[in-house]
Amino acid sequence: MTEFLLVFALAIGLGWPLGRYLAAVMRGEPMRGDRLFLWLERPLYALIGTNPQRGMSWRGYAGAFLISNLILALVVWLILMTQAWLPLNPNGAPNMSWDLALHTMVSFLTNTNQQHYSGQAQLSYLAHMMGIVTLQVITPMMGLALVVATLRGFFGGRNAQARKADGQDQTPVDVGNYWADVIRPTLRFMLPLCLLWSVLLTSQGVPATLDGGPVIAPVDATVEMKEQKIPLGPVSPMVAIKQLGTNGGGWYGPNSSVPLENPTPLSNLLETLAIILVPIAAVFMIEGLTGRRKFTGLVFGTMLAMSVASAGFAIWSEGFSSTSQDIALMEGKEVRFGAEPSALWAALTTQTSNGSVNSMHDSLAPLTGLVTISDMLINAIWGGIGSGLQQFLTYLLLGVFLAGLMTGRTPELFGRKIEAPEVRLLAVLVLLQPLILLGLTAITLAVPGLAGNSNPGFHAVSQVFYEYTSSFANNGSGFEGLSDDSIWWNVTASFVLAAGRYPALIIPLVIAAMLARKRQAPESTGSLQIETPTFALTLIAVIVILTLLQFMPVLVLGPVADHLSLIAR
Amino acid sequence: MSLHDVNTIAHPQGHVSTTVYDKGLIRGSIGLAIIALVGFGLLYPLAGVGLGQTLFPSAANGSLIERDGKVLGSALVAQPFADDRYFQPRPSAADYDAMGVSGSNEARTNPELRQRIDETRAAVAQRNGVALDAVPSDLVTQSGGGIDPHISPQGAAVQIDRVARARGIARDVVEGLVAQQMEGKQFGLLGQPRVNVLELNLALDALASPASGAPAANQ
Repeated sequence: MTEFLLVFALAIGLGWPLGRYLAAVMRGEPMRGDRLFLWLERPLYALIGTNPQRGMSWRGYAGAFLISNLILALVVWLILMTQAWLPLNPNGAPNMSWDLALHTMVSFLTNTNQQHYSGQAQLSYLAHMMGIVTLQVITPMMGLALVVATLRGFFGGRNAQARKADGQDQTPVDVGNYWADVIRPTLRFMLPLCLLWSVLLTSQGVPATLDGGPVIAPVDATVEMKEQKIPLGPVSPMVAIKQLGTNGGGWYGPNSSVPLENPTPLSNLLETLAIILVPIAAVFMIEGLTGRRKFTGLVFGTMLAMSVASAGFAIWSEGFSSTSQDIALMEGKEVRFGAEPSALWAALTTQTSNGSVNSMHDSLAPLTGLVTISDMLINAIWGGIGSGLQQFLTYLLLGVFLAGLMTGRTPELFGRKIEAPEVRLLAVLVLLQPLILLGLTAITLAVPGLAGNSNPGFHAVSQVFYEYTSSFANNGSGFEGLSDDSIWWNVTASFVLAAGRYPALIIPLVIAAMLARKRQAPESTGSLQIETPTFALTLIAVIVILTLLQFMPVLVLGPVADHLSLIAR
Repeated sequence: MSLHDVNTIAHPQGHVSTTVYDKGLIRGSIGLAIIALVGFGLLYPLAGVGLGQTLFPSAANGSLIERDGKVLGSALVAQPFADDRYFQPRPSAADYDAMGVSGSNEARTNPELRQRIDETRAAVAQRNGVALDAVPSDLVTQSGGGIDPHISPQGAAVQIDRVARARGIARDVVEGLVAQQMEGKQFGLLGQPRVNVLELNLALDALASPASGAPAANQ
């Protein structure tokens, strides 16, 4: 309970000022720190060839997002396939196969960090830094940029006043400057925070070195093992951005359960806090960006309610239910943490699309596994930086549409009507998830030899469904017993990763730009009131019905049946 | 998607315009990639390493334990101990290979996990001469990474008799050493009480070795 209370108190207490600061950064107006940061930023804008004040339409913005992803994709793919020939490889990591490199690249490009490899042995220091850390830093900021652009669109775009004077339709909606929206929060917000976390984590024992680790002889000479190599590296900076950037891909294969990656209960608290800190700050950012305190309250309240419910259920399942008395409780867990902090982490890491772990999710109680899968299916309880809020906006549009139909009022968001073209686009997003997840899960389970399960029975269903759910949610955690470094898994998971990232980020931006072009009716007592607890409850109901009920059969076949067979033992 | 600029009117620098400019996406993307690879991928981690090495050199280099210039291990990596004179660590799915860190990833309902736990439990109970029920979960399960350096207080307690007998020293001495090596909750709040097995075993060896200057063991 201590960790639970501390993490939420600290995340909300620190997230509030950080969110206000982040809003100032994204507004792009003169602010404190400009003297240093403008000096740093000017040459970067010159290299990019942009004037940071100049806006883009949604087409230019989305195009810049896609092309900049493509170029980074090619470079990182190349680095991974040639790392053995490049410098900074003291532990002699070999080149990656094309399919493993493809999956690894897509996985980090989509802010997922699902890993079908073990970093300490299969990646060089250079590939870890320039391949992995590069994407870990920039992809959450790209997600943030997209949601900020979408929010600008919802309120008419940055040129709303001028367009009004123009007579609306003539000028395209200015949703912001993509380059500035990525560069500014990275330099002014993310990297300073990461450096602080990196140093704090090193103080607890997370390595920060470029030297290869020593090889030692065991103290007890009677054991079979004759030597042990201690894997070190520039671990701490990577773990900092891994936790803060809703990334999740660790230096070591088993992630933050490895004592070198998460040495003490304090480092565990810092890393748990870092999972939700920036996603919460992004919610508080809404107020500073849009001036809507009540709307911010709606988003925060809805997410907090779901977050506390999910974390509470996981902690109950792992620490207080009948399955917590199991002798197998500590399987996959670390003594220094114990059951409750492991359950708290499992819930938060799946809520936020982070995907790092401090215990092996495969070995958690089945009901804790149910919580983690449900969190990923919703994927908007805080969610990934930017992408979580974007997913929430999708649910919000659907909620407004459904509530409008139920009360017989025209569905309106901020005074602009949601009509057939917008709903059609939303339907694409809503249908993509079940089609891809259920379709691929069914194929993988039906065709012999594809799944590569390590566990028998109902848990095998959970293993496969978890992997695709985690890919689509851009989460990255796994029921890691799965033998997932196969061409089938690498290629299908790469497809799911991309399908879960790009439409979910871009379609809401398109909808926002469409809404921005509509005439804004003054919000009156006749409009649907969305900034109320009633609507928040409606929204939660929409989210639960939409995501959990449609997956009910597979959840029953997987974790629920697994639980029933466990307690029937 | 057509990426042509919608309006080509030139804008004065630093002035918020009413029009949009969608050109230069490829050049911009290449520029951003260079900035990301060099600035975020290279300079940021190097800054983290530099700060860590300056402020916390021992921790930054893997919390290594050295005696007389020889590296004996890392306080953060479990070593295997088989001899009866030593406390045993938790079982490892990776056979204590720190380059191959791994958990078992076996589900609670996996019969193989159940069988392994039953066998380990029986073996631990027999080796230490304690009841089956006295053996705690951490001594019969494999940790997440396979190199968990700690055991629980109960995990240490069940081994004290056996270690004292094998070393031919009084039980009180071993018990005192375990108490001395015990780490409580951090700040009395966080995590679980625990003992670092490598450090405990090294302290036992130091007790026995007259060169260390520690009080001689009462053999």
